[in-house]
Amino acid sequence: MSLVVNSTINGDPIEFSCEPDETLMDALRNRVGLKGVKEGCGTGDCGACSIRLDGALVCSCLVLGAEAEGRSVETVEGMSDGPKLHVLQSKFLEHAALQCGVCTPGFLIAAQALLEKNPTPTEEEIRYGLAGNLCRCTGYDKIVRAVQDAAKVMNKSSKRKKTSGGKK
Amino acid sequence: MNAENKMPKQVFRSVGTRPVRPDGVDKVTGRARYGADYDMPGQLVGRILRSPHAHATIKKIDISKAEQLPGVKAVVTSKDLPDLTDGNEDLQAILENCMARKKAYYDGHAVAAVAAVDAKTAKAALKLIEVEYKVHKHVTDVDKAADPKAPVLRKDCITEGVSPAPTKASNIALQSEFGHGNVTKGFKQADHIVTRNFRTEQTHQGYIEPHACVASISPDGTGEMWVCTQGHFVFRQQCAQLLGLDMAKLRVTSSEIGGGFGGKTHLWVEPVAMALSRKANLPVKLVMTRDEVFRASGPTSATSIDIKIGITKDGTITAGEATLRYASGPWKGSWAALGAMTAFACYDLENVKTTGLEVLVNRPKTTAYRAPSAPMAAFAVESVIDELAAKIDMDPVQIRIKNAASEGTKSSYGPVYGPIGIGPTLEAAANHPHMSAKLKKNQGRGMACGFWFNFGGQSSTHINIDIDGSVTLTVGTIDVGGARASLSLVVAEEFGIDYEQVKTVIGDTSSLGYNEMTDGSRGTFASSMSAIASVRKAIDEMIKRAAMMWDIPADQIEWREGHAHATGKSNANLAPL
Amino acid sequence: MPVLYESPQTTPEAVALLSKSKGKVHVLAGGSDLLVRMKGGYIEPDVIVDIKRIKSMNVIKKTADGFLIGAAVSCARLGEHAALKKAWPGIVEAANLIGSDQIQGRCTIAGNLCNASPAADSVPAMIAAGASAIIQGPRGERQVAVEKIAKSPGVTTLKKGEVVEAILLPPKQKKSSDAYLRFTPRTEMDIAVVSAAVSLTLGAKGVIEDARVSLGAVAPKALLVKPAAKAIIGSTLDDEALEKLAAACAAACDPIDDKRGTIHFRTKVAQVLAKRAAKIAWQRAGGK
Ligand SMILES: Cc1cc2nc3c(=O)[nH]c(=O)nc-3n(C[C@H](O)[C@H](O)[C@H](O)COP(=O)(O)OP(=O)(O)OC[C@H]3O[C@@H](n4cnc5c(N)ncnc54)[C@H](O)[C@@H]3O)c2cc1C
Ligand code: FES
Ligand code: FES
Repeated sequence: MSLVVNSTINGDPIEFSCEPDETLMDALRNRVGLKGVKEGCGTGDCGACSIRLDGALVCSCLVLGAEAEGRSVETVEGMSDGPKLHVLQSKFLEHAALQCGVCTPGFLIAAQALLEKNPTPTEEEIRYGLAGNLCRCTGYDKIVRAVQDAAKVMNKSSKRKKTSGGKK
Repeated sequence: MNAENKMPKQVFRSVGTRPVRPDGVDKVTGRARYGADYDMPGQLVGRILRSPHAHATIKKIDISKAEQLPGVKAVVTSKDLPDLTDGNEDLQAILENCMARKKAYYDGHAVAAVAAVDAKTAKAALKLIEVEYKVHKHVTDVDKAADPKAPVLRKDCITEGVSPAPTKASNIALQSEFGHGNVTKGFKQADHIVTRNFRTEQTHQGYIEPHACVASISPDGTGEMWVCTQGHFVFRQQCAQLLGLDMAKLRVTSSEIGGGFGGKTHLWVEPVAMALSRKANLPVKLVMTRDEVFRASGPTSATSIDIKIGITKDGTITAGEATLRYASGPWKGSWAALGAMTAFACYDLENVKTTGLEVLVNRPKTTAYRAPSAPMAAFAVESVIDELAAKIDMDPVQIRIKNAASEGTKSSYGPVYGPIGIGPTLEAAANHPHMSAKLKKNQGRGMACGFWFNFGGQSSTHINIDIDGSVTLTVGTIDVGGARASLSLVVAEEFGIDYEQVKTVIGDTSSLGYNEMTDGSRGTFASSMSAIASVRKAIDEMIKRAAMMWDIPADQIEWREGHAHATGKSNANLAPL
Repeated sequence: MPVLYESPQTTPEAVALLSKSKGKVHVLAGGSDLLVRMKGGYIEPDVIVDIKRIKSMNVIKKTADGFLIGAAVSCARLGEHAALKKAWPGIVEAANLIGSDQIQGRCTIAGNLCNASPAADSVPAMIAAGASAIIQGPRGERQVAVEKIAKSPGVTTLKKGEVVEAILLPPKQKKSSDAYLRFTPRTEMDIAVVSAAVSLTLGAKGVIEDARVSLGAVAPKALLVKPAAKAIIGSTLDDEALEKLAAACAAACDPIDDKRGTIHFRTKVAQVLAKRAAKIAWQRAGGK
């Protein structure tokens, strides 16, 4: 029997129904229509299905849809600010950090979570931080560079915000 | 000597720049649609039942209970995919692999499939299918399978390529031999001989996106398919043949592809999705799980390779011999032949002999994987060359330079080479600072050569120029790694317009002439040639029209920077079109 | 039978669901084992009891009895808890080796324990620490040493209706510490081929007063190796004591032979890791 689940998805209140043993990944893809959530393995190994659940970085293939009740979900579809791309998105493009792109939504979400936790990660910290995401095409180097560059830009703009805030 | 020198020194305005890839924004925002991201109205969920046995005769399949489950719209077995292959061995292998007929040849071999209104029902239906197996001994190891005492997969498998033909069936499906000279004589001239056996394991291509398709066949015999593939035209042709449809009536649209590495050159589940759709009279979506991908889609061959190479003290190879056994899964391919062709192809050898053996095993059907078969052969040969270099205390790069093939060399697999870059490439490597950089702790340095072919094949492209001067290029080769960016650059270059004015799209099978796959390193290469030809034709046509408008001879018109320019003083009053 | 998903708000409700529901009832903590097994078709639950909405299972508490870690607390949260990290660095480093950031955002040490894999990372660390599981069931509460939870791969000693409510780490002694090490071919996202945990307390002049040593992935379940602890108690972790420790570990190993590691390799690496873990724990405890 289907359950009705109410959650906040990318900032909007969304109601969807799903089977009790259906994963959040399947529910987001097939019930809500957020196909940016990718399935590479369905077993937590590839990270293509990465989302944020109440802010925590998780594999949506290892979460039940029912668990999203009353919680907030963020996916790649909610990353940009209207037509303005998130810095990470722009930097992935600029550094050619994607080829086939099927891993990209997961990497972007994981990188966003990483930079929130650690705004100035070293290369090693980025590699460890993104170890839960597999990419078959790029060889990772360009992804690491894109994240490093994005971190730089994000830190500059957050500093600017802070100093201009201080003046007021 | 080398090919580049034949090219006129050309200054490029687009080619060589690094614009943002045209498919990029869709990919970073989650918009890009891959195989599993597309839905057709009313579509059903397809699921496949797979053999739990590595080698078994299928005695009976009872689908009646599954068919009666509410929500099940179709159950298919091999009966629903009659053999229409007309003796075409490749097609037959695809057919048998898509749906086991008399025998299941590997753990994971499809034996039946269902289409139901949802995943839950489809899963429940699979459990209601009753299959009675007679389990046989199986063999998965390439050397064990080649042994005459091994369980034989096919009672009718008589080794091809041997004369006289063997009288007994075995798992060696095909033997292919290449070479020239006399290796026995060559080994006699050698100061050092090294003989080794190398074994490599089967590896999967490991693309992140599992195979997925949505198929729809109407009662009027027309069909549509959305699929992730490295070659939708080939898929259309083979699916139409297997399902008995007119090719023209089947329209295949390729999805964005989440990696292929050779593994998506082959049909695995698509004909099954079509058979389900035909039986259910509704669209069917079939997505493989990762587990199914690993169990039942093509890895590369496991191999066992014997290598024998002889050299003189000064480092000249006097003879090279190889016997290469490639596990090909339950059906014959041409993997061993490719290994046997490429093993020694980098070198100029007087005496060379290679024998490729295609060995059947109870493992999934192998398929292309990045220069299929060549890496394993190169690994074996190059390891022995390193060992020989050490024996005569010669630099490993120099030994390779000394024996490198050059223009005019008779290759180990037959043809005489035209210009070939291995020598200059090795020289460049030898002179590169990386080769002499000091090694730090735990660092090492190695080098090896490898050979692969590159082919053109059939391609068809279409150019459309809109009234605002922007250009659409439609191609029929899948963009696996960025071809749309490259092709847009090529078109911009030829027209003399900006990259931003060009949009390259992958057309469906009804919008273009036949295109071969994106494989064998041909995608960008072949489609670029076709695109350039298309652009030049379009320019000729536009010049003709300008000539009519201006009422001047066409040879007084020149194409520059995206415009027709009238040349000569008498035409100076004509503004570029 | 349709599957049921239940998310009780209290432990008694959870126990009631677990003991009274018909069919196959499974506790869902982080789901990083449970959902994988469901996906693979290895288990098909009739009832899934999600314990993450139970408030008491969501807290890390410092009590007189030691740290109490709720069964629904994710491993990521252990890493963010400064006091816990300081008191039990070995437990936290083991928990933060599990899978990726994504997995740690969900998985729990109680789930790691109840999954009963011989290679579970946090289990040797918990055994070395002398941790126990607080179990709630239809017959009330019981407290069981962690090493007694797993029976064999995938099988626990928990009875029908029982749920682990929390993991209790004993009060932290002065001049004590712990460490955990594992060997994996990849640095991340891999399952231990061998692992070792050591917890020790120093007395006067840096002499080891008390110690516990545990090995993972060298037997059907994680082992508490008492002779190994005995080998270093009373020593200052000199070379002789370390060799005795290694020998005791080697004697305790009963590993499988597979493509990830031969018996010989696993036995050898167990000794190396035990020695290294002991040295790290010793330094952390203030040994010089
Ligand atoms: C990609 C990936 C990588 C992984 N890497 C590692 C690794 O490096 N090291 C490692 O040790 N493990 C690893 N694991 C396994 C898994 O993440 C851990 O075992 C984890 O700690 C399980 O915790 P959980 O909360 O997710 O358990 P769940 O999946 O929720 O539960 C596991 C089992 O325990 C039972 N259970 C859970 N909680 C309780 C309770 N409170 N009371 C009674 N029974 C309970 C469940 O019913 C289930 O049978 C990995 C898993 C994945 C998917
Ligand atoms: S699909 Fe969830 S981690 Fe691979
Ligand atoms: S870009 Fe293809 S998998 Fe990462």
